[in-house]
Amino acid sequence: MQRVYEVMFIVRPDVADEDVDKLIASLEQTVTGGGGKVRSTEKLGKRKLAYLVRRFNDGNYILLTIDADGSLIAELERRLRVSEPVIKFITVRMDEEEKRLAKVRAIRATKKKVSAIPVAEAPAAEAAPAPATPAAETTTQASA
Amino acid sequence: MADETTTPANPRPEAPAGRPAGPGGGGRGPGGPGGPGGRKFFRRKKVCKFCTEKIDAISYRDVRLLQGFVAERGKIVPRRLTGVCTTHQRRLTKAIKQARNIALLPFAARF
Repeated sequence: MQRVYEVMFIVRPDVADEDVDKLIASLEQTVTGGGGKVRSTEKLGKRKLAYLVRRFNDGNYILLTIDADGSLIAELERRLRVSEPVIKFITVRMDEEEKRLAKVRAIRATKKKVSAIPVAEAPAAEAAPAPATPAAETTTQASA
Repeated sequence: MADETTTPANPRPEAPAGRPAGPGGGGRGPGGPGGPGGRKFFRRKKVCKFCTEKIDAISYRDVRLLQGFVAERGKIVPRRLTGVCTTHQRRLTKAIKQARNIALLPFAARF
């Protein structure tokens, strides 16, 4: 049961770029080795921290989007906790959120189709990007 | 309402629709738009920004959006001031707390 997670972590600002890349590579290895999949890696760059973290004022933010198991996430977090350059991390579970967003978008797509029919005559109905349902086609034909 | 079930010989001459001096502000009326907040007149109806603009996902990552709902000292602004609806306020709070944890927003600012 793969769940979608977003792992954001902060690396110390005084760490060289190549070391950061090495760190990210090793984390990705952990994920793929444990049966997960890395969806994307984003480097958000150096940012000023909102408060002092381990006596640092800014840090390098990195975001990993992962498909993984719960136990794999525990392992990943353990590694982040232990690794010296990482000063903070947060893991957020995103699969329920994605499901909800998909549902909302689906509802919105159907709503658009339904409202497009009576408002517009044939031309606008054809211009609707969503694939026309059989019901929509029959009603436009009846009104035309 | 606990108040209304007191005895008819009510010692306190409090009008039923009186000014709720305490935390009455919002939520008394049946889903009133933000509530009078101590006055008899309605303030102009505030609408939920997320509902009107149809913003679905409130992520802890978009700091600019979240900063609009955080006061100068870093405290989360109550929804009776911003006009946000309950569901979105809950999601917003969660996102702000996540952002605070990852040092994108301060816990307490402007010492």
